Amino acid sequence: MKRVTIDPISRLEGHGKIEIFLNDEGNVENAYLQVPELRGFEQFSVGRHAEDLPVITQRICGVCPEAHHMASVKALDAVFNVDPPPAAKKIRELLYSAFYVTDHTTHFYALGGPDFIVGPDAPPLERNILGVIHKVGVDIGKQVIACRSRNHQVIKTLGGRGIHPTGGVPGGWSKALKEEDRVNIEKIAKENIEFALFSLKAFDDIVLKNSDYLNLVTSDIYHHKTYYMGLVDKNNQLNFYDGMVRVVAPSGKEFVKYEAKDYMNHIAERVEPWTYLKFPYLKNVGWKGFVDGEDSGVYCATPLSRLNCTDGMPTPKAQEHYQQMFETFGSKKLGKRYEPVHFRLATHWARLIELLYAAERMLELATDPEITSPDVRVIPTTIKGEGVGCVEAPRGTLTHHYKTDENGVITHANLIVGTTNNYAPISMSIKRAAEQLITKGKVNEGMLNKVEMAFRLYDPCLSCATHNLPGKMPLQIEIKNSCGESLDIIRRDI
Amino acid sequence: MSKPIIATTSLAGCFGCHMSILDIDERILDLIELVEFNKSPIDDIKTFTKKCDIGIIEGGCCNSENIHVLKTFRENCKILISLGECARTGGLPAMRNNKVTVKECLEEAYLNCVTVDDNPDNIIPNDEELPFILDKVYPCHEIVKIDYFLPGCAPRADLIWNALVALITGKPMDLPYEVVKYD
Ligand code: SF4
Repeated sequence: MKRVTIDPISRLEGHGKIEIFLNDEGNVENAYLQVPELRGFEQFSVGRHAEDLPVITQRICGVCPEAHHMASVKALDAVFNVDPPPAAKKIRELLYSAFYVTDHTTHFYALGGPDFIVGPDAPPLERNILGVIHKVGVDIGKQVIACRSRNHQVIKTLGGRGIHPTGGVPGGWSKALKEEDRVNIEKIAKENIEFALFSLKAFDDIVLKNSDYLNLVTSDIYHHKTYYMGLVDKNNQLNFYDGMVRVVAPSGKEFVKYEAKDYMNHIAERVEPWTYLKFPYLKNVGWKGFVDGEDSGVYCATPLSRLNCTDGMPTPKAQEHYQQMFETFGSKKLGKRYEPVHFRLATHWARLIELLYAAERMLELATDPEITSPDVRVIPTTIKGEGVGCVEAPRGTLTHHYKTDENGVITHANLIVGTTNNYAPISMSIKRAAEQLITKGKVNEGMLNKVEMAFRLYDPCLSCATHNLPGKMPLQIEIKNSCGESLDIIRRDI
Repeated sequence: MSKPIIATTSLAGCFGCHMSILDIDERILDLIELVEFNKSPIDDIKTFTKKCDIGIIEGGCCNSENIHVLKTFRENCKILISLGECARTGGLPAMRNNKVTVKECLEEAYLNCVTVDDNPDNIIPNDEELPFILDKVYPCHEIVKIDYFLPGCAPRADLIWNALVALITGKPMDLPYEVVKYD
């Protein structure tokens, strides 16, 4: 058996490599994403004051620190048994919406976008953010930069710092929002809506109007029927900051809806010897291996998953685009939802629809009369000793679970991070792509990139996934025979 | 003179330092004018294609692979910069040093964790391709010579920008109070 390794996988946040095993005929036998890192956050959080955790755990990931910060501070609300005042919850969600705008923008233009905008077969030297700027023009490049920049400013204003903010405290938020800052944020939210609409238009022009790309999107290579997970509010509509966890079956039927704190009754994890990352699956369906279908506990938690779970979008413009997406792929209506879209590359589209939602939601919050209320904190007086906090991180449902002693010192921490949810689906997508693109041992650069595309559409953040201890996601092809002996190593040079 | 060449990597870091490089915002366009990028996770160049002038390292070393990458950076770059607390001191991941052993970390993650349900053979990942986890997290300068250190977690975009401009132009570095203050 031959073994092909893609190492490092570039343009993703964090570390990992793709391993492809070929059989004697040179066809794909097995493929997976190996994550060679584990950093031990759960272990060294033990013995710290619980209040430290929003600041410690966000260092798991510099791409989505805000997600860890929020999940952590929500877990603390539970540990200290406090319900933050409405203004505090709204400020948290406002910051979180600004974060979604920057994060989805970064992914579309800098990380996943180059595959489409510059083209999957373009030379590697052009397949990057600079290539994107080259293709769409410097002015648009500047708009992308400006979008990131203004939203970072919002995060700094609300959260105290840009990367790794500090605003979250158990029982609320550490500072109220001033009217002059609110006015500015309102203006930024409006600019974000324009920018999101512009990005959807660009996606329409570059991808949807190009039949080659569209065929790629709807090809079998990137098609998987699994369960989908996403947070929903009381109207069963998408929310990033809070709600119940909803899981829909591949048919689109609701499988279960549960409160985040009950996650242990619904999610279990599987260990494989070849990777430091664990594979979560639906406990009540069971682990049947890396397979699609109703009988397999594999689920997916991505922008596409969230749109597959929600009963429509809570904001008007996002709702229009949501309908357009499901209708384009021919999904039938299922009550207020649609049948799930299983084309995984549609995740890029879904991400832009979420970008629009985040911008619209940001405007709603920035114009909420309560947002400038000085009442942003309830001081905790009791210690309950256990709490679960859950938010919808850009890369999937994120859960922080802490236990403390009577002094509020952490005795136990368990984290199920966004990307990890998608670990099994990612491995399956890689295998499918590899099977169709590599035959008789023939592997070329364009093919490898398409395999990487299978992987990047999940926007995996391996910094997060590897919160657990060692670090490196770096492409090299290693060929192994059926006994596992290395026959040859081919470095992928550019 | 041809443009200086820059390479970057993330070892045991959180990618926040790389995000901070992107946070120089529109100056990115100036940077592209000033320098050429080689191996870096933000482009598609995966191996060194030529000798570089400046290597920027994020993150310390927590496994054998980190050490290997750091050494290749030293061999291929004239100047190496430790960017951020993780590279400079081991940073937050170094909280495991002298506190939890690698064995404990592994057992907690794979055997004792509350959500691990499906591990009948009590496996701890052991594939030969997986790098070894080091006994502790090491700052970069304990492994190779580092020429410059930029503190902060993450270092401010302005600090990174000022330092790069000073290095590239050979002029003294501009260090106003707001930029030196870091947390
Ligand atoms: S120094 Fe801070 S921002 Fe940089 S990699 Fe380490 S934790 Fe992340």
